[in-house]
Amino acid sequence: MYFTIWVALLVGTYITYKAAFIELGPFNAIVALGIATIKATLVALFFMHAWHASEKLTKLVVIAALFFLLLLLGLTMTDYATRPWS
Amino acid sequence: MPDSTAVGLEREEQQRPELLHHFADPQQQRDASSLGMWVFLATEVMFFGGLFCAYLIYRHWYFGDFGAASKSIDATLGATNTAVLICSSLTVVLAVWAAQTARRTLLLASLALTMILGLAFLGIKAVEYKDKFEEHHVPGASFSFDNVPIPGHPGEYANPRHAQIFFSLYFVMTGLHALHMIVGLGIFCWLFYAAWKGRFTPEYHTPVEIGGLYWHFVDIVWIYLFPLLYLIDRHP
Repeated sequence: MYFTIWVALLVGTYITYKAAFIELGPFNAIVALGIATIKATLVALFFMHAWHASEKLTKLVVIAALFFLLLLLGLTMTDYATRPWS
Repeated sequence: MPDSTAVGLEREEQQRPELLHHFADPQQQRDASSLGMWVFLATEVMFFGGLFCAYLIYRHWYFGDFGAASKSIDATLGATNTAVLICSSLTVVLAVWAAQTARRTLLLASLALTMILGLAFLGIKAVEYKDKFEEHHVPGASFSFDNVPIPGHPGEYANPRHAQIFFSLYFVMTGLHALHMIVGLGIFCWLFYAAWKGRFTPEYHTPVEIGGLYWHFVDIVWIYLFPLLYLIDRHP
């Protein structure tokens, strides 16, 4: 199980590295960050045992941390990305 | 004059760290510890989140300059370091599993391997920093980034002032990440010592688990730093 996740993470790293050298336009960033998110999710769920956490509070903390991170990044970028005058 | 029952209780706690008196059972005690660690990691998410936010804003503003600056970093070293960290995460989960199942040799070997991989990461990082110093890409008085073409825009050159912002973010983000690695190495040194002394049992291995959570978190931060700092606008 752990070894499967480990292999998946290494394969993900290899694909990210190789994909960066292919011209994909705006999809370069989407592919790179998409794979990074899949890798981070695998680490959190299976290596950090968030999936099997016996305590619901732990899951709540994880979700709250992600929520506030997305709030920070999302709201900031909706501002900066929609400023044609700057 | 200390209360004799309190002293007795304290002594009992020292002998049985697997169940302190204010917890109902060992499972509840383990959950409380890991919950505390997750709350700490949530604060770390916000800590690094601010830097990622700064990165996103400047990448948006100085899109081409960031691409040009990122291209000057050795992506192969970054990819190698990603693989090294992923391997160290594997040895960490093996250490936690070994502690849960009372496999002493595997526990000690996994902890030692984790530290070796952590040191390898920092070594590769040092090589990378050395390259940046030699190329005068360290922000400051001797910074120079002249006549570097912007990827995808022939005839246009990166603005050195904007590139300097990229390198400031690069050094702050990788530097803070490396600092977290150094702290992690300290934690794992202590875990190794405690494991050597035989302090961890299937009933009580919370420090291994908590130290592991920290290490995995530092790994996750790197998983995002790698594409954002090393792999933007790489294609010809």
